[in-house]
Amino acid sequence: MSAVPISWFLTLSAILFALGIAGFLFRRNIITIFMSIELMLNAVNLSFVTFSYQLKKVDGHLFTFFVMVVAAAEAAVGLAIILTVFKNRQTLNIDEVDSMKD
Amino acid sequence: MQLWLIPIFPLLGFLINGIFGKRFPKTLVNVFAIGSVVLSFLWVLKTLNALAPLNQSYSEHYFTWIQSGALKIGWDMSVDRLTAIMLLVVTGIGSLIHIYSIGYMAHEGGYYRFFAYLNLFMFFMLTLVLGANYLVLFVGWEGVGLCSYLLIGFYFDKKFATNAGNKAFIVNRIGDFGFSLAMFLIFKQFGSLDFGTVFAQAPGAPTALLTTIGLLLMVGAAGKSAQIPLYVWLPDAMAGPTPVSALIHAATMVTAGVYMTARSFPIYTHAPDAMNVIAIIGIATAFFAATIGLAQNDIKKVFAYSTVSQLGYMFVGVGCGAFSAGVYHLMTHAFFKALLFLGSGSVIHALSGEQDMRNMGGLRTKIKWTFLTMMCAAVAIAGIPPFAGFFSKDAILLAAHHHAPWMYWVGTITAGMTAFYVFRAMFMTFFGEYRGHEHPHESPPVMIVPLAILALLSIGGGFLFKIPEFLGTMFPTLEVEEDIMLMVISTSAGLIGILLAYVMYVAKPGMADSVANSFGGLYKLVYNKYFVDEIYDAAVVNPTIAGSRTVLWKGADAGLIDGIVNGTGTLARGVGGVLRRLQSGNVRSYATWVLAGSVLVIVALGIAGGVK
Repeated sequence: MSAVPISWFLTLSAILFALGIAGFLFRRNIITIFMSIELMLNAVNLSFVTFSYQLKKVDGHLFTFFVMVVAAAEAAVGLAIILTVFKNRQTLNIDEVDSMKD
Repeated sequence: MQLWLIPIFPLLGFLINGIFGKRFPKTLVNVFAIGSVVLSFLWVLKTLNALAPLNQSYSEHYFTWIQSGALKIGWDMSVDRLTAIMLLVVTGIGSLIHIYSIGYMAHEGGYYRFFAYLNLFMFFMLTLVLGANYLVLFVGWEGVGLCSYLLIGFYFDKKFATNAGNKAFIVNRIGDFGFSLAMFLIFKQFGSLDFGTVFAQAPGAPTALLTTIGLLLMVGAAGKSAQIPLYVWLPDAMAGPTPVSALIHAATMVTAGVYMTARSFPIYTHAPDAMNVIAIIGIATAFFAATIGLAQNDIKKVFAYSTVSQLGYMFVGVGCGAFSAGVYHLMTHAFFKALLFLGSGSVIHALSGEQDMRNMGGLRTKIKWTFLTMMCAAVAIAGIPPFAGFFSKDAILLAAHHHAPWMYWVGTITAGMTAFYVFRAMFMTFFGEYRGHEHPHESPPVMIVPLAILALLSIGGGFLFKIPEFLGTMFPTLEVEEDIMLMVISTSAGLIGILLAYVMYVAKPGMADSVANSFGGLYKLVYNKYFVDEIYDAAVVNPTIAGSRTVLWKGADAGLIDGIVNGTGTLARGVGGVLRRLQSGNVRSYATWVLAGSVLVIVALGIAGGVK
């Protein structure tokens, strides 16, 4: 474990986060966007855990749990919203769900 | 002595009638309205009886009204001989006019409102007269102005009446402006507004300052007492009911300026220039208004200009230093002018609202009592001995001769004109053939009895009440020797005026028109009141309206103030219009902004050197 330098973890975290952003920005399917958000959250979790390990402190672990709880809640509410949107509009294309604009 | 009870009775009458009068039957309104004024009159009699012979001023302090730094103003009332005369005139004639109004207003709407206003007027007038400092006097002064406004515009559904009310109010504001400045100066110089304190220190003050104060007070007096150049409101004020014209615009309120000037005599005696200006304005007003009165056809307008003219006489009196003569004329004028107005009211009442003398004539047999009583007043105002007007007018003219002989001659010519226009009105109304269509009917006794009492006062008021002797101890005495010659000249001027009117309007009825025609241009000028209203309109009113419209309304209000308010709205809309483009509804564009923002923050942190 100690053979792996800490920068690798952080680089992986950054890559995952960037992938999440890219997915969020460039995909139109709501479920994909949702998964991208999860990806970003978990990238952040990874860096939390890394720093926690590095600094020998428990704060990072705590934050990770918070993030996981929030992510779970978000998944529950978000999937419910997505289901309702699909029921009403027969589409998951995010560009077509913009009636609040007017 | 409970002086405060004197004004408080009418105030109670006002409150009761004003609040509940609408539900009261007329009898109950009468009880409160007339009862309160008569009670006030009786209390005046009792007070004066207890205070007789009133050699000293008697005053009462009720409470400190305003205290601020050096300024300390109490609600004080005082009675001296001058106040005593004013109290008797105001409450006595006020009572008679209230009683007369029962008959006159019987068929009018707003009966309770009329009496409520009239009572309120009495309250303020008595406050004015009783006040022991300039500010309490000013409260009454403004209050009577308010009541005058309310009562001129009593027929508020008629445009000319409300206009006349506004005119009276606005013109009086100009005068009150002068009065206020005078009060500021008095306070600055003497540190007090109490009559006693101010007058005790007046002899030591610089003459220039006293002259300024005197002139500013005169501006106030000229507004209230309808002198040149502020007299224009009084003729229009005749739009109100006739008892109002008699009470407010002939007998009491308009004489407040004369009262105030006489009250301030310690200031004026040390400011001879100010007194001279007052005398000149007075004589000019007397002459000028009398000439206008010569050619009016509305019976109330004739007496309105006559009032302006007679007020001019009073100003001549106080301006020449004969304060007591001015007050003397104030009192006798209150008798005969109130009678003339009430009499003309009775005529108008008899003819169901007709005011144009060209539609009258021959009424002396039809409304005999009105004719007889009015005749007493007409003889009195013409200055024929031994009627009331003779004594006071003679005293003033004598003082004027002492002051400057030319004033005596102008005053005498004015006296001749006065006799002429009053008798012209009498002859046109009561003599000749009846030219109208209505069926004249004599007024009820409730109107005739006050007329009769006033007629007695017009006959005997002059030699029964010797005001100059009564006031002799109060005012500085003017050394004037009696001059039979001057008396004869002024009296004969009156007689000539009467004779001329008789010849022109009774003996040779066609003559008036031919005289008017031969003086074509002059007659037209006088008939149109020298176009003074038109000149004021062109010089003051229209520029003010135009300025208000273009600068204040279109410029300041619509342009600046509305501009700021609307500009705020437009700005918010504009900014919102730009910002709403961000709210595209496209989730990914939001995300892009979030990303851009966080990149920006990270870059900024990097430049700043990280979080410490």
